[in-house]
Amino acid sequence: MTVTFLMDGKEVTAQDEQTLLDVARENGIDIPTICFHEATTANAVCRICVVEVEGQRVLQPACIVKAADNMKVQTRSEKVIRARKTILEMLSATMDLSEAADIQGMMKEYGASDERFPDAHRRETDVKDDNPMYIRDYSKCLLCWRCVQVCADDAQYTFAINFDGRGYETQIGTFFDKAIPETSCVLCGQCVAVCPTGALKSKREYLLQQGVSPQEISVMNTGRKKRK
Amino acid sequence: MSDIDLAPLKPAIEKFIPLGRSGLLPALHAAQKLYGWLPESVASEVAKSLRVPLADVHGVIEFYALFYNEPLGRKVIRVCIDQACALKDADGLLARLCKQHDVKPHQTSSELNLTIEPSPCLGMCELAPAVWTVDDGRWMVSDDSAESDRPRSAVYGPIRELTKNCGNGTTSLKKYGEYKGLQKALTMKPEAVVAEIKASGLVGRGGAAFPTGIKWEGAMSAQADQKYVICNADESEPGTFKDRILLLDDPHRTIEGMCIAAYAIGATRGYIYIRGEYPYIIPVLENAVNEARAAGYLKTFEIEIRVGAGAYICGEETALFESIEGKRGFPRIKPPFPTTNGLFGRPTVINNVETLCNVPLIIERGAAEYRAIGTEKSPGPKLFCVSGDVTKPGLYEVPFGVTLRDVLKMAGGVANKRKLKSVLFGGAAGAFATSEHLDVKMTFEDLREVGLPLGSGVVMVFDETRDMRDVLKRLGKFFAHESCGKCYPCQMGTQRQMEILDRIADGKAQADDFIRLQDVGWTMTDASICGLGQTAASATLSAMKLWPELFVEG
Repeated sequence: MTVTFLMDGKEVTAQDEQTLLDVARENGIDIPTICFHEATTANAVCRICVVEVEGQRVLQPACIVKAADNMKVQTRSEKVIRARKTILEMLSATMDLSEAADIQGMMKEYGASDERFPDAHRRETDVKDDNPMYIRDYSKCLLCWRCVQVCADDAQYTFAINFDGRGYETQIGTFFDKAIPETSCVLCGQCVAVCPTGALKSKREYLLQQGVSPQEISVMNTGRKKRK
Repeated sequence: MSDIDLAPLKPAIEKFIPLGRSGLLPALHAAQKLYGWLPESVASEVAKSLRVPLADVHGVIEFYALFYNEPLGRKVIRVCIDQACALKDADGLLARLCKQHDVKPHQTSSELNLTIEPSPCLGMCELAPAVWTVDDGRWMVSDDSAESDRPRSAVYGPIRELTKNCGNGTTSLKKYGEYKGLQKALTMKPEAVVAEIKASGLVGRGGAAFPTGIKWEGAMSAQADQKYVICNADESEPGTFKDRILLLDDPHRTIEGMCIAAYAIGATRGYIYIRGEYPYIIPVLENAVNEARAAGYLKTFEIEIRVGAGAYICGEETALFESIEGKRGFPRIKPPFPTTNGLFGRPTVINNVETLCNVPLIIERGAAEYRAIGTEKSPGPKLFCVSGDVTKPGLYEVPFGVTLRDVLKMAGGVANKRKLKSVLFGGAAGAFATSEHLDVKMTFEDLREVGLPLGSGVVMVFDETRDMRDVLKRLGKFFAHESCGKCYPCQMGTQRQMEILDRIADGKAQADDFIRLQDVGWTMTDASICGLGQTAASATLSAMKLWPELFVEG
């Protein structure tokens, strides 16, 4: 069914099964996203895409909320901007965003300072290098959930990873912290492909960044390739 | 791992296997009861038996504070360190216990004899300081005066409708009498039962104050092969203990309320989800359900008791569904709402214990007579959990419309003849009142007008000598501990809020902390997924309005 409503004062038409994010993109209105990915179920965890919908008590996630007749949507109200800016500032006080170019761009756009929260306890962990295919650097993880989702029923049905802890201390983890080769992981690489921050990275890319030369990497690999 | 004998595990978890994933929490509880904690081989066996992926079982164990994947002492002492207990020197008690047993908080002694855990609110605020001990599977609770296998109930108030049978131990079915409300409901059409609840003006007593009749109506008109009625007994709001007393002393009132709800919406299955910190209520409920079944009240409606495992968030209705389904207690996105897509995706009515206790009363007497109690816009009796610096803390049943001054007077006034500093209304997710609010009527409409939430009926009193910064520090810690971590505003906001409140309490406020705290608070309020995040800054923001001077440097 076609619906008509106001987005930032502009009359837009859409199908009622479309999300507000969809409609905004079709109409050239920019709504930022972090956890959202076309290939995964939207869970609206990052809340960076929140918009103000008239009549609603709290801000609404554009990646989930569907278009409806006579809605009045503000994608950049004062409340929306304050929420987005504060979320970005809290993120940068929590984790290593050095390889998250999109988020750095958002921080610039929203005037978010990376020094807003002095003396904040950051989530820092050692790099987990326990398999030949990829490394896990959870200091860079912003808990978008994409890797857990593709490992589960959004794609691979492998169920190798889930969550450690809860709240701020949440981290992606395996059963009793087992190394990846001891889990049900099939090294499909889908989690690496959907990671937005470089927390999951192909082992080769990681080694090259560490200054290991392609020749050395090649030597590391040769042993197993020989036929008996 | 080889020294762990898995032979006794199979029979202990066998009955949960047909439940599949939904049997995960009960199976983990059973396993932990057997081994004292959840070793890897045990968790692995549970996963295999229930056909749940290993990583998912791990995720569930990690989520719930009362599940342990590390060895725990044979004796575990949990000392509540939340607001009401803190006023009665819970910190000192914790320190003394640790010194006496030579262990640090959260630490297990080397021979696995003892673990001492500082705990979030144990729901015994009127008996503060509260301690819950589990010794080789046997539990004990203690307060300032005595140790017992169940907390005592201090119940007062000018009316005794909901608490008629409270204060003298558990009321048996024989003493409770016939389910007269249910018997009357069964002579009415379901639509008429819902209409009566709507006409009564009953709204939810768990904190959200949603009209009960409208909830029931939604689930009644939803078409489905299976519907559910759930009693939300995950009472965990700091300062709240009413549901503990209602269930422990008068379980049949709640069960009758559930039976009436089930008849009205056409549900054949029900659950009572009770928090893991109330183990002494579980046998009482099991016995009451058996009594009700034997008396023929559960012919078309079966009730199962589910036990939480240390997660405040599971009081949020959709997180509670997830927990029954055997998952981490992450709240769901709403809509869709529980009345159409609740437990297992089916139409579900979920009501708080106190809400359900009103139901038999309304049906038995009729909405008109029920409305004679209370005010026009807030009809009925209301329970207030009075704790902190009052002479007579306890559960007070009053008609809606009495003033805060009345309630304080009933409770013997501020203790030790001191003056009132403030009252925390509605719990950790509430707001502070001061002596200016003494004459406000305790109704939804009057409190809303002055910006105070009724919440779950918490009235926690602080005298003039109390440092409100310490109170706020504990609130901050509570929310940081209890945030599920799903959405960013609450996951990081509760942590940032705690950090700022910590340094303010230590007298080390930094420049701009006031604005920082405000931005974090507003962001959590506006952008979080569920009620926990949306109210995690409520008390702090209200304190900032009342006492801005507490939040600046110097």
